[in-house]
Amino acid sequence: MADAPRKLSIIASKGSLDMAYPPLILANAARMSGVEVHMFFTFWGLDIITKKKMDHLNVAMVGNPNMHPMMHIPTWIGAIPGMSALGTWMMNKEIAKLDFPPVGEFVQMLQDAGAHIYGCKMSMDMMKLTDADLVDGAKTLGAMEFIELSEGGQIIFV
Amino acid sequence: MSDILSTVAFDADGFMVDANAWTPEIAAAIAAREGITLTDRHMVVINYARATWKATGDAPTLRNITKNTDVGTKELYELFPGGPGKLAAKVAGLKKPTGCI
Repeated sequence: MADAPRKLSIIASKGSLDMAYPPLILANAARMSGVEVHMFFTFWGLDIITKKKMDHLNVAMVGNPNMHPMMHIPTWIGAIPGMSALGTWMMNKEIAKLDFPPVGEFVQMLQDAGAHIYGCKMSMDMMKLTDADLVDGAKTLGAMEFIELSEGGQIIFV
Repeated sequence: MSDILSTVAFDADGFMVDANAWTPEIAAAIAAREGITLTDRHMVVINYARATWKATGDAPTLRNITKNTDVGTKELYELFPGGPGKLAAKVAGLKKPTGCI
């Protein structure tokens, strides 16, 4: 049982509701198993740790292949106003049923669990965000630094 | 201390085979093997895990533990530094929780 300590780096690049949960769930599972976790939020993934946005992520109904087979929503119906809100509402309901917390609470839980949270410097510059816009405890990091920090670990890209 | 563990059957990952054979003394010995000295706060988690197992047949998820006891996520990780998902269940004589949260 003398396992060497494992290390996992997760890159979250998507900010829609349905793409926010997989990296969060994987990170949490890793921490529960005692694996060191570093999460790098880049491009739209930055929304997951942006205070103003984290609890208002939506499910895109148009051009989202994930609509099949759970919902069977044809693209033209997805384009009707209000459909994205409906999809978001449905997904939030299903997530709560599985006992997964809302995104903001989930990120806090991960920080409490000792996961390291990083915002991508370049994406932040692009979106005109500063440290103050990110959830407390998040650090700003360049991609190269993140890669260096991931040395010896495993990397998952979402 | 190791004497008591030699009387207990474990699976390959160190989880007790028979949860019914669990005693607080065994818990203390398993914890010691994992480098943990049990305190009252550990016992809050362990007793809750045992009660959940008796009611449902499964170890509780960590989210269940933090929601239904006064032990929060941070403390849970401090109590079981090697990963509370596995360790809490292990010390409580249960199998790994099957939930993902």
